[in-house]
Amino acid sequence: MSETSSQTRRAPEAATPRIEVADRDRSTDVTTTVRQSTVPSAITEAVFEAKDVSVFYGGTPAVRNIDLKVPKGEITALIGPSGCGKSTMLRTFNRMNDLIPGCTLEGSITYHGEDIYADDIDPAEVRRRIGMVFQKPNPFGISIYDNVAFGPRLHGMKANLDDRVEQALRGAALWDEVKDKLGQPGVALSGGQQQRLCIARAIALEPDVILMDEPASALDPIATLAIEDLMRQLRGQYSIVVVTHNMQQAARVSDRTAFFSVDMEQGVRVGELVEYDLTEKVFTAASDPRTEAYITGRFG
Amino acid sequence: MSQTSSEAPGALRVTGKARFGDAFFRIIAYSAGLSVLVVLGLMIGTTTRDALPVFEYQGLWSFFTSDEWRAGFSRTEFTGEYGAFSFIYGTLVTSLLAVVIAVPFAIAISLYINRIAPKRLAKPLAYTVELLAAVPSVVFGLWGLLYFGPTYVRPVMELLNSTLAPIPLVGILFEGPIFTTSYFTAGVVLAIMILPIITAITREVTAQVAEDQVQAAYGMGATDWEVMRKVILRGAFPGIVGGTMLGLGRALGETIAVAMLVGGSQRWGLSLFFGGDSMAGHIANTFQDAAPETVLALIAIGVGLFVITVIVNVAARALVWRIGRVAGDAAL
Repeated sequence: MSETSSQTRRAPEAATPRIEVADRDRSTDVTTTVRQSTVPSAITEAVFEAKDVSVFYGGTPAVRNIDLKVPKGEITALIGPSGCGKSTMLRTFNRMNDLIPGCTLEGSITYHGEDIYADDIDPAEVRRRIGMVFQKPNPFGISIYDNVAFGPRLHGMKANLDDRVEQALRGAALWDEVKDKLGQPGVALSGGQQQRLCIARAIALEPDVILMDEPASALDPIATLAIEDLMRQLRGQYSIVVVTHNMQQAARVSDRTAFFSVDMEQGVRVGELVEYDLTEKVFTAASDPRTEAYITGRFG
Repeated sequence: MSQTSSEAPGALRVTGKARFGDAFFRIIAYSAGLSVLVVLGLMIGTTTRDALPVFEYQGLWSFFTSDEWRAGFSRTEFTGEYGAFSFIYGTLVTSLLAVVIAVPFAIAISLYINRIAPKRLAKPLAYTVELLAAVPSVVFGLWGLLYFGPTYVRPVMELLNSTLAPIPLVGILFEGPIFTTSYFTAGVVLAIMILPIITAITREVTAQVAEDQVQAAYGMGATDWEVMRKVILRGAFPGIVGGTMLGLGRALGETIAVAMLVGGSQRWGLSLFFGGDSMAGHIANTFQDAAPETVLALIAIGVGLFVITVIVNVAARALVWRIGRVAGDAAL
């Protein structure tokens, strides 16, 4: 996080050449880092509600006592220093942590009011409804079309598959670039295109939430801005939870920001939720000194 | 610095002594590489030279397609009948059967070791499978002949015979009478023998399927089984084909165990339960008592086996190459 040291309030674009493509959809001044709040501060409809959630890896706590409500149709950013458990927290929402041997969870997480950790819940079904985009673009070694059609085929949604693939690719702002080469391998695309392909692959299953785990951290600045533009387009139709190391990114795209920090607990580093509020508020008037210290670059 | 410039180029010249090690090593490596070609060339040359008269006497086509094998006893001329089809058929049937049995097991074992087994069980299990490769084939042969064949394979053959024989077309493969030493018995034991090599390669290539793709599939709601089938096996498919072909190559050439288990009748039959013979098995079983003309005929079988093995290997490479292209590994 050293690159964020003292220039937190300046957008990174200021340091890089201005990018026409990325600026296209940006009506406001690019140097404005913090997104103006367009949502009420009270959450009226929650997609996820985590209550007193603690996650353990082989008995060692990774995050402790998290209460977090994720609002519908908004972009929620999880930020914080390395090891603060923000990715762990993200993965509790679609039970991806179940795949890690020795990972256990206490507390409860509800998805539209239903406890997804209840005994009779099928984790695969949870993951089907909740899309996920990973840090490194990870398309399969098959064609672009087959990548997007993978999920629908998996779940027997084979009616109008062509339309579904087209809609998903349009939704991920990739259609115009790939419509003439759908049969080509997905891995032959550029990194940014691959990541949008992965987003298309996720939305082809019509989830109502998309979890993004540092979706732009492996991408160059142009591709990063394209992903951010896309996130803003998807906002509303989808609820998005995004983990990011990049505070400018959180400030630019998210409606709400949850700041996680690391606490030492009997010699073990444990993540905790320090502050959760409208992004504008977290970035301009943090209520916890640790948040402000992190955002202004004094630690992390 | 100008006064030293006249000396500097001299220091750059090769002194000869310092380069000796490089030159020496190069010669060693070069001749080691070359020796493989020389040995192979000698083998092909001498066996083909000995086999040619047999092909001329019998006719090349007849040698490969006739099933009439009658050993002659002359020292000076050819008097017998040398149609090797029965042995060729036996070799192909036992090898294919071995592959058909071994591949599903190898895939299942690989997935179990890589993805399902607890860590403390995975390693010992992997070693155990590899240990199978260390058992001498004559031991497999004895074990199959005295114990495994009569006790376990025979009941399976009887079961298959009673259930599958009435089915039209396919049924012909399972018709009686049942021989305890048969294509089927040899194929089953061969399957055990080629299991380690296929498992080792399948395990390697399935482990190499990128974990992030596995995660992606889970993230879309795939179950364990769907992830294995649609991501891991699909991604590892070219490698699995390659491993299968290596196993097939080993099965084609396996001699002693097959010679002990395949029946040794010098005839062939469509039924898997027929006691036939294989190319390598027939050579091993008869060469000690063979008259000079028959020895040449046996060498001709060896040449035929070599040709078949080469064809299988070339076909395997072509297949892997094609699959690789279809799978679209453009970025790899």
